[in-house]
Amino acid sequence: MSSAPNAAAPIVRIRDLRKSFGSHLVLGGIDFDVEPSQVVVVIGPSGSGKSTFLRCCNGLEVPEGGRVEICDRTLVDNGRLLPDAELNTLREEVGMVFQSFNLFPHLSALHNVALAPRKLRGLSREQADAEAHALLAKVGLAEKADAMPASLSGGQKQRVAIARALAMKPRVMLFDEPTSALDPELVGEVLQVMKVLAGEGMTMMVVTHEMNFAREVADVVVVMDHGTIIETGAPEQIFTEPTQPRTREFLQAVLNRG
Amino acid sequence: MALDFSPVWAGWPQLLKGAAVTVEVTAASLLLGCVIGLLIGIGRLDPRKWLIYWFCTAYVAVIRGTPLLVQLFILFFGLPQFNILLPAFVCGMLGMGIYSGAYVSEIVRGAIQSIDRGQMEAARSLGMPSGLAMRSVILPQALVRMIPPLGNEFIALIKNSALVSLLTIDDLMHEGQRIISVSYRSLEVYLAVAAVYFVLTGLTTIALRQVEVRLRAGGMVQ
Repeated sequence: MSSAPNAAAPIVRIRDLRKSFGSHLVLGGIDFDVEPSQVVVVIGPSGSGKSTFLRCCNGLEVPEGGRVEICDRTLVDNGRLLPDAELNTLREEVGMVFQSFNLFPHLSALHNVALAPRKLRGLSREQADAEAHALLAKVGLAEKADAMPASLSGGQKQRVAIARALAMKPRVMLFDEPTSALDPELVGEVLQVMKVLAGEGMTMMVVTHEMNFAREVADVVVVMDHGTIIETGAPEQIFTEPTQPRTREFLQAVLNRG
Repeated sequence: MALDFSPVWAGWPQLLKGAAVTVEVTAASLLLGCVIGLLIGIGRLDPRKWLIYWFCTAYVAVIRGTPLLVQLFILFFGLPQFNILLPAFVCGMLGMGIYSGAYVSEIVRGAIQSIDRGQMEAARSLGMPSGLAMRSVILPQALVRMIPPLGNEFIALIKNSALVSLLTIDDLMHEGQRIISVSYRSLEVYLAVAAVYFVLTGLTTIALRQVEVRLRAGGMVQ
């Protein structure tokens, strides 16, 4: 195996990922690679292990078996997580966006974005604030810089959360059901920001129930069920001619819902 | 026998001086209690750091499981056997601070654990070490939630501070007893002493309510 990173090498490499909570098997051996600049959308019924899979990619969950390599480093190997110091620097390169936003409620939108760069990237307050302003402008919230999270709508909160993750200049972005907690009319503004990111070549792994987003933006769609990947393919293939009956059942259920 | 409050009126300045000492020793104890409580409370967050966890758990168990008066006497009458002679005020402050620290630690632990798990996850996901995440994300939110229960702790401590009169500290209780020793008017003087304690705790309660109203208005407390 070559150790020199090059453009063609996968930026995320997952081998035989296994995880259970007590006696409940959540991930039953997952193998998957993500190429740089790829947008991977993970779909599947709830309880299929999608979120756990994503959370294993930045060490929020520790799988008990298998291996995750990300951004040229081994995050976890056979239940052994990277030591804390290295884990922290690796996490700077892997942005995470949560279903429940998890904005820091005691800080303004601007300081939510500027906190980590100031503390971790050693930026001065002025530099960090300037970068945060630019990121808020990018997600369309320039005028909300001084707003506290409690006064923002769900869609605005999630866009601040995306800006906050981008502030560490990550190489990979993980999205864990970023629109599932939003009112339907607010979903579009968040997906729009994600589309722009994808267009800029950001490597993205997205767990979502937004099938239209998957269809339009994904390079690869991964279908999970019962802790395993049952099907992988380009969106047109997954959505028009899925090979697995369980994929078909799932898509039928989801698409008929709207 | 008729009540005679004249010794109270005559001794009023003395009682006020005692009340000031009571407030001083209580405030100093609570300050010390907050420092101890913060350390012990954080020490009890992670059972995987078992040595720290068990030390802190044992501290809380022992301090809460024994009377404050006994703890004060150990400091004041016990330590001199090892030639450790501390001034009475220091003993009172230390004893009540150590005692209060055990209770404050539970306030600290409860407030930190009441902060949504997602906050720590978001901070760690950005690459923050756990200490930094605690300082800049968790504690600022937890501190706001600690203020109301800390106020209650302050009130309890004001009342408990009457025990330090037994260490020869000239607090409110002690000044009351001094007036009684010359006037023999126990009922009247103790009623007056109780009234002053009541004013102290009442003022604290009102001040606390103001703080809470302000925090609520700022959206910092639900």
